[in-house]
Amino acid sequence: MASTVLKVEGIEKSFGGVRALKGVSLEIRAGEIHCLAGENGSGKSTLIKVISGAHEPDAGWIEIGGRRLTRLSPIEAISHGVQVIYQDFSIFPNLTVMENLALNMELMDKRAFMNYRRARAIAARAVSQIGFDIDLDERVENFSVADRQLIAICRALLQDSKLIIMDEPTSALTKKEVKALFSVIKDLQSRGISILFVSHKLDEVFEISERYTILRSGENVAMGSTDELDRSAFAFHMTGREFSEESYRPAGPRGDPILSVKGLSRRGCYSGISFDLAPGEILGITGLLGSGRTELVETLFGLTRPDSGAVEVRGNRARIRSVKEAIRHGLGYVPSDRLTEGLFLPQTIERNTVIAVLDRLAGGLGLLRRKAVAETTARWIRDLSIATKDPSLPVRTLSGGNQQKVVLARWLANDLSVLILNGPTMGVDIGSKYDIHALMRKLAAEGLAIIIVSDDLPEVLACASRIIVMREGAFVRELDPASTTESVLSELSTGVA
Amino acid sequence: MKKDQNLARLLVMLAVVFALMAALRPGQFVTMANFGSMMRQFPEYGIMAIGISLTMITGGIDLGVVGTANLSAILAAKLLIGAVPRGAPPEQALPFVALAALLALACGLACGAFAGLLISRFKIPAILATLGTQQLYTGIAIGITNGRPQSGLPLLYSNLGNTEFLGLFPLSFLIFLLAALAIGLMLSRARFGTCMYMLGTNPKAAQYAGLGNASILVRTYMLSGLLSSVAGLIMMARANSAKAEYGTPYTLQCVLIAVLGGIDPNGGFGKIAGVTLAVFILQFLSSGLNMFNSISNFYRDVIWGGVLILALVVNSLLARREARLAVRRGARATRA
Amino acid sequence: MITARRILARSEPWVLAAIVMLSLLIQARSGQFFTGNNLVDLARALIVPGLLSIGCMMVIVSGGIDVSFTAIASLAMYVTDKILLQSGYSGNVLLAYAMSGGFGLLLGALYGFLIAFLRLPTLVVTLGTGSLYTGLMYGAFAASASDVPPSMIAHGKEILFTATNAKLGLTSEMPSQILILVGMLALAFLLLRYTMLGRGIYAIGGDEAAAERAGFNVRLIKMFLYCFVGALAGITGISRISMMAYADPSTMLGMELTVIAAVVLGGTRVTGGLGTLTGTILGIALMTILANSLILIGIPTYWSRAFTGAVIIIGTGVTARQIASATGRRRELKKTKGGGA
Repeated sequence: MASTVLKVEGIEKSFGGVRALKGVSLEIRAGEIHCLAGENGSGKSTLIKVISGAHEPDAGWIEIGGRRLTRLSPIEAISHGVQVIYQDFSIFPNLTVMENLALNMELMDKRAFMNYRRARAIAARAVSQIGFDIDLDERVENFSVADRQLIAICRALLQDSKLIIMDEPTSALTKKEVKALFSVIKDLQSRGISILFVSHKLDEVFEISERYTILRSGENVAMGSTDELDRSAFAFHMTGREFSEESYRPAGPRGDPILSVKGLSRRGCYSGISFDLAPGEILGITGLLGSGRTELVETLFGLTRPDSGAVEVRGNRARIRSVKEAIRHGLGYVPSDRLTEGLFLPQTIERNTVIAVLDRLAGGLGLLRRKAVAETTARWIRDLSIATKDPSLPVRTLSGGNQQKVVLARWLANDLSVLILNGPTMGVDIGSKYDIHALMRKLAAEGLAIIIVSDDLPEVLACASRIIVMREGAFVRELDPASTTESVLSELSTGVA
Repeated sequence: MKKDQNLARLLVMLAVVFALMAALRPGQFVTMANFGSMMRQFPEYGIMAIGISLTMITGGIDLGVVGTANLSAILAAKLLIGAVPRGAPPEQALPFVALAALLALACGLACGAFAGLLISRFKIPAILATLGTQQLYTGIAIGITNGRPQSGLPLLYSNLGNTEFLGLFPLSFLIFLLAALAIGLMLSRARFGTCMYMLGTNPKAAQYAGLGNASILVRTYMLSGLLSSVAGLIMMARANSAKAEYGTPYTLQCVLIAVLGGIDPNGGFGKIAGVTLAVFILQFLSSGLNMFNSISNFYRDVIWGGVLILALVVNSLLARREARLAVRRGARATRA
Repeated sequence: MITARRILARSEPWVLAAIVMLSLLIQARSGQFFTGNNLVDLARALIVPGLLSIGCMMVIVSGGIDVSFTAIASLAMYVTDKILLQSGYSGNVLLAYAMSGGFGLLLGALYGFLIAFLRLPTLVVTLGTGSLYTGLMYGAFAASASDVPPSMIAHGKEILFTATNAKLGLTSEMPSQILILVGMLALAFLLLRYTMLGRGIYAIGGDEAAAERAGFNVRLIKMFLYCFVGALAGITGISRISMMAYADPSTMLGMELTVIAAVVLGGTRVTGGLGTLTGTILGIALMTILANSLILIGIPTYWSRAFTGAVIIIGTGVTARQIASATGRRRELKKTKGGGA
């Protein structure tokens, strides 16, 4: 029987009358990879903050290092070997890798002066732990997200950690980077370090963890060994809803192509891309980050310009030089980073919904017709079942899934012929993911042409009627999802058999 | 809900300042003469404050308003002085007055467009770009006048500027009201106004929503420039001359008015109604203080600075509370 | 090779190149640039903006902006001057520096508190405090040009050496205050590079939330920063009036714009996190050479302000472009990495 690293029981925590945790328990054993799962708002983050000492619980106790405590300070948590890697990694983009690695240690030691020789020694020790080869003198902002995450992991390992908590570590990583991260996690495990892996992604939970704890609305709903968990049970515990795994085949193209891309190239991004898209089709474009998939659709949407090649809309040559022109041609684009590219967070749900169709809601003198604005908003809240009572609230108050629906509504409110979704369900909880998939199918059935850009292979396989794989900016192959598998797609995108 | 609270706060402040001044200097403050003189004073900076507010809503700031106003006025003055002989009859001067006004407005638009281009195309932060344009426009104004005031304007011009409607309302006051109404309506109801708020909230999302960021920014700064040139024309009528260094303290005062009026310095929020009330509050304060002989004019700087900081502190404390409430309300609405 | 690229990606070499080219241009047009007295004159003109730029750069690195440091410098030096004059003080000038630095520290602490503890936007706060301090100086202290105590006059006459231009018969004296600039630069360098406090200023400019989590006391660091800037401004004020031998309350007002422009020109990132003292001093040197040499290259004085404005616009424009293209390169880099394997 493995010993316990950390155990919490009966943890309660309220914020201004809202009960975030209602008596939650969690036990992590030495050297295990434990998954903490739950939808957005289930209380995962609050629980992590209690464990790391950032929040003081209202009730319950924490057992750590053989002692039972009712509260924990951040310093105590760290001295007991608990380290948290937050989603943003808590890294200084403007400082060098060396400083990023060494500063926390130096601050822990309450040093008043910076000794660069000592810092370099610390940094070198940090990266050597996972054999990470990186230029210590380069500024962190010049590295990719995956590299920054590894820097954060190295930093956490410096503190003689017993338990590393990773908060949604894969949300900004590509499939390949996730694989690399998982091998690092396994390596840490082999050295006896426990990992608390916080996620709401089912596949990752199955792949990496040995035991799991699922929270819903601030309560424990399930815990146990991952071997004994199946997909539908997981989804049920997460959402409290039953989902039938639909096996969906889109109806396929109807009539002439609405969008034709002919030999489109942009230097350093992608080259020689051609495809046709007809109404009713869902075209999946997949590839690794850097394969040019995002750059390609951003060109289609007028955000960048191609060096050569042509785009035709309804058989006519279309020069799309700005987003405005793309919208005029009936294109809509749901960007991959919803929070920074998609939404105006502090503005109202209403404004976020109608922003792209203001032209049509304006009367004489360019003045908006208030009634038309309110009606349009109400209609989309209803049609997409966006969970809110008051469209005058900031869109920030919505959950991730509902926020994504607002971005979708923005484009659907337009007379749309082609909808492009980049990472349609990234950072969205399972319930909303099902809703969004169902919506895409419905829209395609109604005759909309859809492009989904994603490296979530199960999603692409489940939704697309055709799949294009890209690698290093080039078209690799077009596939029929009915006769292909995840491993084929994965091989084609990485180029490794 | 939020907007009404802010306006209500400003109304209370206005009433308090008014009551205070009326109580301390009843024979001077509550007189037609005082109201008449106040109506002549605030339109020039009030109009510039509206311009600065617009740029702050889009997440920037226009520190070049005073330079734009003076340069526009100097061009108009040069044209008038050069084209209209001394003592020319009004009929002869009128077309040139109209032409000079047009020239000034065109200059304001051009000055604004230049600042807008620097910010949108060359990606210079608005603070630095407009610090630069303020220097440049004032510098050009000094250069073409050798720093001397341009006087000897045709009589018609100052007469026009001092026309009173219904024997009470000066032309400049009416222009201010018109500008406040038009800009207020544009912000609250027009498509362009909504786009400005959205751009100020999140420029990247605005780009992905196809709002056309560069064009919104250029048009916003052009509007600010246009309003500045109107203010310049009003200043020129009041002083009966134009000079490169008129109204220098107005820059700070206008930022103060905007912040006091509830414009979010980080962009995305604020209303012209609030700015208008803030203009009145400041004018009451300033005219009231003038009635105390023992208070040096320089104390006005102290009060401006103090009020600005106080407004910031109060606004930020209230905004924090409201944000908390909104999140709680949202959480409740989502659960329900 | 990597090192060469890294050096060229910084702005210091470009500012230096601009200085060299400008110097050669002025030399070619007037033949007066590389003369002892001109260089000494330039160094003399560089002292006050140089001192001010140190604090200004630190504030911008931390992610803020300060437009009131000249008001602090003016108010602190004026109050000090008045007190010393009225008390008939004739002792060491160090007391003047200590007093003015102390006043500056207090004035900086006021807005430091607003910025650090209430998290108010720095531009608007400092516009407000700038107005407040200038108003106090002219209102409460009824400031006007005034004498300075004898110790300051003596301090202003301390000369390190004299440079003579034999051809024109002009002499220029290198004031001892240049040592204060050098000393302050050294102090700021040590502070920024070798103390956790200094690294904290950079860390806050990079990511404030991360700095808090890493264990930096963000509020105290900001509080220290604005106190330091205030004290430095107060000290600068005394240097200024000692060199002028009288206290003109308006002598430094308005200088903040050129100082900010010079700091940005010297490669300090406007959004915070990056900036070096070398770049800052190079930026100040470039602005000083421009301002002092307009006559040498034949630009009439009435146009000097327009010229400054144009330099600010072009300089910041070039810097902004550089940042934009650097981010572009970064994106490329990420791409090749992601697609490489």
